[in-house]
Amino acid sequence: MTSVLYDVPGPRARRRSLIASIVTGVALVGGFAWVILTLAGEGLFDADRWDIFRDPLVWTALGGALLVTLQVAAIASVLAVVFGSLFALLRLSSLAAVRIPATVILEFLRGMPVLLMMFFILIMFATSQYWAVVMGLALYNGAIIGEALRAGIVALPKGQREAGLALGMTPLLTRLLVEFPQAFRAMTPIIVAQLVVLLKDSSLGYIVGLEELVRRQRTLAEFYGFSQYGFSFFVITLLAFLIVNLVLSRIARGLAARNPAGRPSRRAARKTTGENADTTAIASIRARQSEAPWRSGG
Amino acid sequence: MQFLVESGDVLLEGFLSTLRMLALTVLLAVPLGIVLAAMRISPVPTLRWVSAGFTELLRNTPLTLVFFLLVFVLPRLGVVVDFQISAIAALTLYTAPFYAEAIRSGINSVPSGQAEAARSLGLTFGQTASLVIIPQAIRTVVPPLINVTIALTKNTSVAGGFLVFELFASSRRLANNYADETIAIFLVVAACYLAITIPLGRLADQLEKKVAVLR
Repeated sequence: MTSVLYDVPGPRARRRSLIASIVTGVALVGGFAWVILTLAGEGLFDADRWDIFRDPLVWTALGGALLVTLQVAAIASVLAVVFGSLFALLRLSSLAAVRIPATVILEFLRGMPVLLMMFFILIMFATSQYWAVVMGLALYNGAIIGEALRAGIVALPKGQREAGLALGMTPLLTRLLVEFPQAFRAMTPIIVAQLVVLLKDSSLGYIVGLEELVRRQRTLAEFYGFSQYGFSFFVITLLAFLIVNLVLSRIARGLAARNPAGRPSRRAARKTTGENADTTAIASIRARQSEAPWRSGG
Repeated sequence: MQFLVESGDVLLEGFLSTLRMLALTVLLAVPLGIVLAAMRISPVPTLRWVSAGFTELLRNTPLTLVFFLLVFVLPRLGVVVDFQISAIAALTLYTAPFYAEAIRSGINSVPSGQAEAARSLGLTFGQTASLVIIPQAIRTVVPPLINVTIALTKNTSVAGGFLVFELFASSRRLANNYADETIAIFLVVAACYLAITIPLGRLADQLEKKVAVLR
């Protein structure tokens, strides 16, 4: 990696960097070893803490709960994208009677915790925990995706709308057939990144009482003895979440890299809650060359 | 609105607890985020990898699991602390990588001509970073930092599910006691959260406009 912040290291800098690397490496390995040894000292890696994972029933139970997590996330994702598209279109409506209530509702949904929404959907509409979690996730993330899509539409060059209108399309048709598809494409990386957040947030079902992965592992750990198996179940659950999320993040990053119309997405990327997937190395010369036209335009 | 008259203090106590948790977490997570961001751009590869690994790990772990580790698992391993402290630690660990990413993207937004100019004047990495890049980066970094803080405000509610008494937990208690007033309770508690998040959002928008003009 070339960085303009520092030269390609010479012998002295390389030596210093090597020393720093060794020091951090030793500290890191030492810290890690200490943690592992302490945990081993507590007997956490003994066979009797992990023997239940030989039982296929445990895996079936965990797998079923993982399926619930994925199912909740999948249904909520589809709904969130649908809601988001609707919210974006309503908020940009030329009718004040539509625009103002949509803005208020969006601000309301965006500004409060998902957990609060799930909990009150659960008690106000007397739904199952399952649908409370799905609807909570769908409404909240729908509002966030709606904001991203709106930013995408606003950031389009004015000529797009003018061209549509000049061809004799109605304002609504222009928005639906010309502006919206472009904004949606430009925002795809942000939407996918938000869906990764949605999947993570589905674990909030644990607090509302949905029998998803986090709650199921706790139920199982309590059943077999928390002091003996609590840690083991936690490690397995953590790994399951990490694998699923890392795969999804990779996909999000792949989409971001493939995205041809990077222009509107960058401005809006700053507005999302820092969960965007840009990985550009700092000020590398190559990045500067490809970014320059956009920067002078922004 | 009977609950407000009778149990307004429960709500107020919850609100104050949320504010306290928020303030303490910001105070701890921002410095940690700055350290992580500085490590991420440093010339020492090991530091870069450590920071990237930590960020990747925490960003892909649900907050619920971070809480679960600190509140339920660690005590069984002999680390017993107050739930409040566990909650703040969990929120700090989870939020710091997001702050770090916001800072890093701000650093990336400084035109590289600035770094090249500083380097060609003979400034070292430390001087380039501290005298040229970071002062310019801070301006563009404030709005995304505020956005992370807004997300953090909402995330403090998770602590309510892990034995900490704060705004969400107080709304649960009220909803139990005043079953026929749930809608009013919901609106009031939501308004408490919005009273923090909406002003912060406005501030971020305004700062962003200012920065956009400067560029």
